[in-house]
Amino acid sequence: MSRSREQPFLEAHGIVKRFGNLLANDVAEFSVHAGEVVALLGENGAGKSTLAKILYGYYAANAGAISVAGRQVRIGSPRDARAFGIGMVFQNFSLIPALSVFENVALFQSGLPTVVPRAALLERLRRYAGRLRLAVDPFAPVRRLAVGDQQKVEILKQLMAGARVLILDEPTKVLAPQEAEALFTTIAELREGLGIVLITHKLREALACADRIVVMRQGRVAGVLDRREASEQMLLELMFAETVTAAPPPAQGGRRVDARCVLELAGVSTSGSRGETLLHNVSLKVHCGEIVGIAGVSGNGQRELGDLILGLRRPHVGIKLLWGADASRWSVAAIRQKGAADIPDDPSALACVPSLTVRENLALGSGRRYRAGLGVNWPKLDADMRRSFARMGFACPSFEARAATLSGGNLQRVVLARELAHEPQLIVALYPTRGLDVRSTLAVRALLRGARDGGAGALIVSEDLDELFELSDRLLVLSHGTVVGEFLPDNFRAEAVGPLMVGTAVGEQADAA
Amino acid sequence: MQRDGAARWRWLPARAANFASVAAIALTAFSVLLIAAGKNPLQAYVDTIVYVFGNAYGFSELLVRMTPLLFTAIAAALPARIGLINVGGEGQLYMGAWLATAGELALHDHSAFVVLPALTVLGFLGGGLWGLIPALLRALRLVNETISTLLLNYVAPLIVSLFIFGPWRSAESSSYPQSPAFVDAARLPTFFHSRVHAGLIYALACLVLYWLVMTRTRFGLEMSAIGGNPEAARRLGIPVFRYILAVMFVAGGVAGLAGMAEVAAIQGRLVSELSPGYGFVGFLVSWLAGATASGILVMSLLFAVLSSVGDILQITQGLPFAVINILLAGILFIVLGRRPIAGAAR
Amino acid sequence: MSGALVLGVVASAVMSGTSLLYATLGEIVGERAGIVNLGLEGIMLIGAATGFAVTALTGQPYVGLAAAATAGTAVNLIFAYLVVGRRANQLASGLTLMFFGLGLSALEGRPFVGALIAGLPKVRLPGLGPAGLGGGFMNDDILVYLAVPTALLIWWLLFRTTWGLRLRAVGESPSAAVAAGLDPARLQYQALGLAGLFGGIAGAHLTLALTLTWAEGMTAGRGFIAIALVIFAKWNPLWAIAGALLFGGAESLQLQLQAAGADVSPFVMNMIPYLLTLLVLILWGWNRQSAAPAALGRSFVGVE
Repeated sequence: MSRSREQPFLEAHGIVKRFGNLLANDVAEFSVHAGEVVALLGENGAGKSTLAKILYGYYAANAGAISVAGRQVRIGSPRDARAFGIGMVFQNFSLIPALSVFENVALFQSGLPTVVPRAALLERLRRYAGRLRLAVDPFAPVRRLAVGDQQKVEILKQLMAGARVLILDEPTKVLAPQEAEALFTTIAELREGLGIVLITHKLREALACADRIVVMRQGRVAGVLDRREASEQMLLELMFAETVTAAPPPAQGGRRVDARCVLELAGVSTSGSRGETLLHNVSLKVHCGEIVGIAGVSGNGQRELGDLILGLRRPHVGIKLLWGADASRWSVAAIRQKGAADIPDDPSALACVPSLTVRENLALGSGRRYRAGLGVNWPKLDADMRRSFARMGFACPSFEARAATLSGGNLQRVVLARELAHEPQLIVALYPTRGLDVRSTLAVRALLRGARDGGAGALIVSEDLDELFELSDRLLVLSHGTVVGEFLPDNFRAEAVGPLMVGTAVGEQADAA
Repeated sequence: MQRDGAARWRWLPARAANFASVAAIALTAFSVLLIAAGKNPLQAYVDTIVYVFGNAYGFSELLVRMTPLLFTAIAAALPARIGLINVGGEGQLYMGAWLATAGELALHDHSAFVVLPALTVLGFLGGGLWGLIPALLRALRLVNETISTLLLNYVAPLIVSLFIFGPWRSAESSSYPQSPAFVDAARLPTFFHSRVHAGLIYALACLVLYWLVMTRTRFGLEMSAIGGNPEAARRLGIPVFRYILAVMFVAGGVAGLAGMAEVAAIQGRLVSELSPGYGFVGFLVSWLAGATASGILVMSLLFAVLSSVGDILQITQGLPFAVINILLAGILFIVLGRRPIAGAAR
Repeated sequence: MSGALVLGVVASAVMSGTSLLYATLGEIVGERAGIVNLGLEGIMLIGAATGFAVTALTGQPYVGLAAAATAGTAVNLIFAYLVVGRRANQLASGLTLMFFGLGLSALEGRPFVGALIAGLPKVRLPGLGPAGLGGGFMNDDILVYLAVPTALLIWWLLFRTTWGLRLRAVGESPSAAVAAGLDPARLQYQALGLAGLFGGIAGAHLTLALTLTWAEGMTAGRGFIAIALVIFAKWNPLWAIAGALLFGGAESLQLQLQAAGADVSPFVMNMIPYLLTLLVLILWGWNRQSAAPAALGRSFVGVE
């Protein structure tokens, strides 16, 4: 039973959007009323973001009509959308880090006079900030704010620009469980007089926040359920069109942990170029045949940890042992040569050179293995790499193609083929499945498990707790650059891990492993 | 053991077309300028062709003008491959000349077999060390190399002047300070009674080496990686720090060889005005050539032709040499204003 | 050092630094919008030559000044068309502009080499004498007097007006600016027009006030020092005042020392501004100051 007594503030009919041959959207109807929270639910690639971007004027639909307050309108750009009272907060904030909160908000206001009206604007800002429970110095540069606060500034921007409908695109992706809870409270408070669209792929969120849940699948609206009549099972069926069986629980227990350590960090601290502490007194071990997962909100030292292990950073305090030897000062090349593999989250930015061919990318980082005088032993490289692809069950891409032409998933496959070609004993994987489609994600996870079974030690950083629970033999939580907790499989629960991800203040020591 | 050269050759037709169009633009732009100055472009072109191509001496002058450009273009191209911008060719040229002169003053009693190799090494060293300064500053993440090489460009000629007006001042001509003339043993040999000198051989050798290293060795591969994605290169174990130093040293050294050639062949002594902007023109040559060896060859020739034309105009048509700078800029404006073609570095 | 020498240095520093300040201010505006202009040297040369030539022709220094400012604006807008309109490489375009300026200024100035002109008239203002001595008079041209107020104006423009806010947004993140509904290209054109105006004025001050002569390439790298000064000033017009004074002082120190009969090679003294600039940049780099607009000229400012 939908709330149709009053006219919806925002309505869309017959929205069709194609990208080349791909049908991204074919939405017969979508509406948002004032004072209600609508969840736009669907798995990755279902078309939720696309629909939202059309409503926000970011994309132009190939067909369809949008009405605001009953009148049909044409939304040609985000500026138009904002003029009609539609605001959107993206996953990547469009805040300017070097400018202050005040300046970011002011920039967004339309119709500013020549001289920025500081006092008046400041007053309005303070009022809205109060509503959002945002307590920051308005003149502090935005880059100094915590991510949760930055998100609030984004929301503030849109509200002050006169948004009557606020679209939030996967807002909890960058938040810790506690911050997400706070966001839901904020949403609940904001909805008076405001329509909120929450885009998410998490069932729990939709069920927690929304008044109505619109489920999308493959670009179409699969179903609309009122909160009161919705259940997880129903939503899952709508999302996947077949009864989904849960993934088999990871084989737990009974795994004998090899006593030999591939990697050991003892009291490692390191600081950054401005003297800020990046890692503080980190001690951990990764044994052969073990996957150690690292949980934590992005930006708490995960990247620095990975860099340090791989030799991109030096520990200022403490030592790093690789295969029992003091490797604190080893070069990146030496560590790779000894059998470490690097699987970063963004292959085209961190693991490949897009302008070079696949073959050249495979040759890079292979150290001395393929040296032939001053050149490269191409035939041997080709043979080894094709073997590696075959072993992983991946189709071999054209080696002549430039890496830039490969999709994210294919590029990650190339990286995996290269990194795992020589049976590395230590694998450092940071957010290895981020941005990948379902098939690639499953393949990557299977590979990591396979490598572990083969005796390698792996350190996996991920923001997806479910993924960590599935893969890890042990789970560490990293917060503010310190290891604040260790969990074993029988205690893998979000309620236990979540608080640690955001709880400990800087400087406090929690029980480390 | 060749690098994956397959991808490169495909672009050759496109590149050749690019160069041809630049040449066409050059000629057209120049015609406009000549007409505006009340001169006859057709006459000027005929005069040029006759002088440059119909005349052995004219052609030899072309090669003479091309030589320093080859050097400075390589000096810009090599760092460009790893994403560095070396606009310090001027300064590196002067310092190469300076150190080579120091060598000549110290060794002028020896035979050519000793002196010439020594001057070559010193010329390379002078420019190389001058190039190492901005390299170090960049590798240590202190100062961007564009600005440091630019600033050092102004310091090097002052060092040269300091010595010419001071300890190295020749007693001969008091009105025009310069170093004493190089002894014959210190002069680079010339060919065919022209001014074409062994420096050209050096330059071509450098060009061939450059091409070999970039396309046939793993160093070229690693450099391309650094230029294409320095962060990934670092993570793959490529020693970026060392490459920055090594590349800038070699690049500076090549520019230094240009300076050495200027003093040991063209001028025969150290003077304060060694370069009418070879360093900057070399940078632009390299940029237009997309830092490719074949492109550098062609573009250096093109610019040498332009320079010859400038001289001829000055002689036969009475226009100031500065006109060439305007023409140069005009051509570049047009090239910069075109849409980028596939594969060309923008 | 005698008091007279100190006074001389300061007065000379102010004279010398004025040109640098205008050039730096213009470049700050341009770089705040995300465009680095290596051709500033060329713009200054064009301003110098145009100012000199028009003044020699008309006998009116203010007319010459206006012509210089116009010429600088016009030529910088050509540069703007390249880098903003055609998205050309900023560095190559800047160097091209430098060559253009070298050639055009040489052509413009050639007929007037050796001409005698009446420079910008000096105005006596009571009150602040050089070095703040009470009861003194300042006796300089209006460009000198307007230099610091102009810097303040630019500061106000960048940090208190809507236009300035939008400009800085464009320089930090063009995509975020577009998301906010701005037109980066229009703002960049405006910024570069202003930068050209100031560059032309900076060049004119050299020929119409400092030397009262014209010689080919007479800016001798001042344009590049101005670019370095922008980094020194951390893209803040107020700091630019200090920087311009400092470097103007370095330039003038050598003249004064020579006039006082000090036995230092003029070449060594000539090196000082460049070396000092480099030193300051090294110190800045050491301190990890990174106040650069995030979207500035791509690879220009970064050392990463």
